[in-house]
Amino acid sequence: MSEVKLTINGIDINVPEEYTILEAAKLLNIEIPTLCHLDLHDLKAVNKAASCRVCVVEVEGRRNLSPACVTKVAEGMKVQTNSPRAVRGRRTSVELLLSNHPQECLYCEKNLHCDLQKLAADLGIVGGLKYEGAMTTYEKDASSYSIKRNMDKCVLCRRCETMCNEVQTCGVLSAVDRGFETVVQPSFGLPMMETACTFCGQCAAVCPTGALSEISAVSDVWDELNNPDKYVIVQTGPAVRAALGEEFGMEPGHCVTGKMACLLRKLGFKKVFDTDFAADLTIMEEASEFAHRLQHGGKLPILTSCCPGWVKFFEHHYQDLLDIPSSCKSPHEMFGAIAKTYYAEKFGVDPAKIVVVSVMPCLAKKYEAARPELNTEGMKSVDYVITTRELAKMAKEAGIDFSHLKDEEFDNPLGESTGAAVIFGTTGGVIEAALRTAYEWLTNTTLEKVDFEALRGMEGIKEATVKVNDLDVKIAVAHGLGNARKLLDRIRSGESTYHAIEIMACPGGCIGGGGQPYHHGDIEILKARTNAIYEEDRGKPIRKSHENPYIKQLYEEFLGEPYSEKAHHLLHTHYVKREKL
Amino acid sequence: MEKIKSYEELKALGEKLSKNDGVTKVYVGLSTCGIAAGAKASMEAMASEIEALGIKNVELVRVGCIGSCYAEPTIEIAAPGKQNVVYGYVNEETAREIVRTHLAEDKAVDNKIIRKAGVADNQIRIALRNCGTIDPESLEDYLAVGGYQALAQCLFEKTPEEVIKEVTDSGLRGRGGGGFPTGLKWQATRKSVSDQKYIVCNADEGDPGAFMDRSILEGDPHSVLEAMAIAGYAIGADTGYIYIRAEYPLAVHRLLIAIDQAKAAGLLGKNILGSDFSFELEIRYGAGAFVCGEETSLIHSIEGLRGEPTNKPPFPAESGLWEKPTSVNNVETFANIPAIILKGASWFNQIGTEKSKGTKVFALAGKVKNVGLVEVPMGTTVREIVFNMGGGIVGDKEYKAAQTGGPSGGCIPAIHLDTPIDYDNLTAIGSMMGSGGMIVMDEDDCMVNVAKFYLEFIVEESCGKCTPCRIGNKRLHETLKKITSGNGTMKDLDKLKELSEAIKDTALCGLGQTSPNPVLSTMRYFYDEYVEHVKEKKCRAGRCVALISYYVNPVKCIGCTACARVCPVDCIEGSVKQVHTIIQDKCIKCGSCMAACKFDAIVKK
Repeated sequence: MSEVKLTINGIDINVPEEYTILEAAKLLNIEIPTLCHLDLHDLKAVNKAASCRVCVVEVEGRRNLSPACVTKVAEGMKVQTNSPRAVRGRRTSVELLLSNHPQECLYCEKNLHCDLQKLAADLGIVGGLKYEGAMTTYEKDASSYSIKRNMDKCVLCRRCETMCNEVQTCGVLSAVDRGFETVVQPSFGLPMMETACTFCGQCAAVCPTGALSEISAVSDVWDELNNPDKYVIVQTGPAVRAALGEEFGMEPGHCVTGKMACLLRKLGFKKVFDTDFAADLTIMEEASEFAHRLQHGGKLPILTSCCPGWVKFFEHHYQDLLDIPSSCKSPHEMFGAIAKTYYAEKFGVDPAKIVVVSVMPCLAKKYEAARPELNTEGMKSVDYVITTRELAKMAKEAGIDFSHLKDEEFDNPLGESTGAAVIFGTTGGVIEAALRTAYEWLTNTTLEKVDFEALRGMEGIKEATVKVNDLDVKIAVAHGLGNARKLLDRIRSGESTYHAIEIMACPGGCIGGGGQPYHHGDIEILKARTNAIYEEDRGKPIRKSHENPYIKQLYEEFLGEPYSEKAHHLLHTHYVKREKL
Repeated sequence: MEKIKSYEELKALGEKLSKNDGVTKVYVGLSTCGIAAGAKASMEAMASEIEALGIKNVELVRVGCIGSCYAEPTIEIAAPGKQNVVYGYVNEETAREIVRTHLAEDKAVDNKIIRKAGVADNQIRIALRNCGTIDPESLEDYLAVGGYQALAQCLFEKTPEEVIKEVTDSGLRGRGGGGFPTGLKWQATRKSVSDQKYIVCNADEGDPGAFMDRSILEGDPHSVLEAMAIAGYAIGADTGYIYIRAEYPLAVHRLLIAIDQAKAAGLLGKNILGSDFSFELEIRYGAGAFVCGEETSLIHSIEGLRGEPTNKPPFPAESGLWEKPTSVNNVETFANIPAIILKGASWFNQIGTEKSKGTKVFALAGKVKNVGLVEVPMGTTVREIVFNMGGGIVGDKEYKAAQTGGPSGGCIPAIHLDTPIDYDNLTAIGSMMGSGGMIVMDEDDCMVNVAKFYLEFIVEESCGKCTPCRIGNKRLHETLKKITSGNGTMKDLDKLKELSEAIKDTALCGLGQTSPNPVLSTMRYFYDEYVEHVKEKKCRAGRCVALISYYVNPVKCIGCTACARVCPVDCIEGSVKQVHTIIQDKCIKCGSCMAACKFDAIVKK
């Protein structure tokens, strides 16, 4: 790798030749504002549209201003990032964007989280708009349970397209029409609900404005909490605790499990449970199913099925492979099923009055909760799904000083979990958790070293071979649907054979879910969340799902054996073929 | 045609075909413009008349554009040993008359003779050398004028480096607009290391009023194919694509025929003329997006992606079609190549100015008498083109400006009529060469309105990718609308200029970076007109409807009622033989009354 020497704002610097001006400037602590730029390098999620023209800088000898985000450095290059000309160009771009942007920041979903708002503030745009004129207006799309589209607020940064097409290979969102009328939408302007959208929410996760956001269930949840006839219980997904603190200004990378439990109690939930409990339950069922398929010549590989984005993806694109995913419901759906049967029965609560609220890092979970085949005895297993972000909004609305809350425990019996459940929150975690259990069951020995390092990290596709008895069990892990597609194509063509595969729709797994606090393109935040998850796992006294005493109790008192008929009835599901559009 | 297996075979065949055994040739201009004017019927009329009169030794030849679009249908008669004669306005009747008089009796039909574009007015035809003299659908015709000899010479007598050197030495610059040296582009593409490279011909001619490339493709398609193969040999590409707008059906038709003919004759495809060089050609259609003339957008369009540009660098020479090194050259650029190879760089670079060599084809349009195609040496002045070749302004009105470079260019006012046209001079006076459209405007054209027209085009054609072009041009257009409707302020003028400069500075692609040029150049030369619109609410050309009113001159009005009868909104009052009056509140300023009045009694103020 050769280096080049350039000058930025009069300061010399040597950088590798493949650097952009933006990257070089960062090393000098020179900030060049950006808007469309997105670089989650380790996840290969890079938006190079260079469309917003906010990061323009002056490069000596070039006729026009150059976008710092895509312009490569060169030997002897002289760059001015803040010359009057560069500032004027940058400012004009922002002023033009504002001239076609609704002036409704005060009640926008993205208020205080909006990149455009921040840019306007940083550039000191005050006292009105310099340019005014026609504004584009489009019909809002709230057809789905998960993602709301309000294209009036779109700045055409094209990040959503990059995520949807290049990273996730879903091809749902793309720019149509041209000029001032250009708009990002599904083909034929279809409502999101009628497309092959997986509702992974990666588009919303990277949207710099309020153009793409979650469909909020906050007010519904408040209504239920205020209804004295209802018995509202809550469960929290494993990745939520690793990110929630960020919403309250805490450093990324710390699990706030105890404070979160305390918060939920303060918000008025009758019982504060944990999806992690259900994650342990999922492992009991999934490991059993795996062992069963392995021992009875069943279909292999087995694919994990806890990610609803991934489930919808294979229903659309891999209809010929619908028999390979595990039939297990996802953990929060299993939780709902158990809450409205076992829990209701055990504690004498009328299941019709139980309202199950899931706090999830995910937008697809909202859609999943509405899938009719996941109902329990005619009731929705999960009544409402709110995201990590929505929970934070509730806390703020209630005036709760989160960072000063004391640590509390979850309620039992549905609140106890093991380290294996915690790691569901990051890529590789589910399969690692399943291995911890399946290995012991299949070998009848104790697994001493429970950490499967090969399955961890941000590599798009990871592989490992584990010796189980005489068999080399081949494992693969993919996160991000583009990586999943590669893996599935290899299976479809017969090029690769595996015994078990974990797939998570979101890059990084649930820690990078579409409902998590905005990372604003900072990959370090995602890495910090992953570390927090593994740290929580290490600190757990029990780290294997089948050793969870409350899980054992659940089987003894209610379900019988794992993979039993009753377990099947409550905890397993089936898949449907869906169109590709 | 059978496969031509060697250079020798090609030479012999060319020689054989070039022999003319005393036949009088009648070239009938059958490009789109000629056909639209009825040239097919004229040709049939001539054929039947020739047959009826039993005239021998006459051959009717379908040819491309002869260049005199204003007089279509046009024909040219080339009799051995005689001066060629060009006829214009040849309808069926005239066609028969020409056969009876000129062909049968050897007497000219004087009142239909038009000036032959070319030698007489200092035109030099290089790119258009065969347009109007060969049948574009005949490979034999092309071979008869030395077709594919340049390719053969390259393949058998020159190394790729020598070919590039010849083109570099010739000084040829890209005729699509930017004027980048063609030799350098080829050199850069050759230098890029890759297992696959591509040649792309940009035939997405999109400037309003421009039809140079269409005429070349309709008149001499083989020259472009030959040049693409030469380029392929030079840079090391075995595949080429012609990206042509689907709105050019005749050009597409003739290209497809030419490609088939060349393949059958072994002049395209595997082992051309028995050499080691293979070159495949395919056509890709554009769907009518102006931005797809920009090379990175064009490349994305071929790839099946949305036609929008990406930031340069990297340039296509490094990473182009399917991320492979690609040389994108324009039709007219290619059309020059065979001539450069055959006649040599030193012949070509004698023509033109110091930094702009050779000729340039202009599509002359607008308020000029002789609308048509001209090919002039670089360095020719606008005055020569407009007043000599163009025959001056229609109605002998006053020249105001000529727009070159289409919506990306600017206007050339009267003070620059004597500026020699070349790439650098045009840029210096705030316009640009562009692809070669030249639209002439007279005193009746409002320059603010002209700027508004081009901005409207840009707003329509912007791909919408980058902020300055997408929103900035919209705001420019809105401001121009405001000014032309009489609501502009002096502050708006400052804002126009400031925003135009910012768009130029920040837009992503060539289209966006040049899109404010019509505003900047009209403001530079006609600022007083802008000020008039703002301060006096006056449009001196009478173009801006909101700023004009129609009145009846009571002295001239005889009360014939003609105006009142044509007024679509019944806003003219007055009875027979009484002076009429226009009710201003109701008038929609359509101008029908003015057109209907035979006594010049309606005035526009």
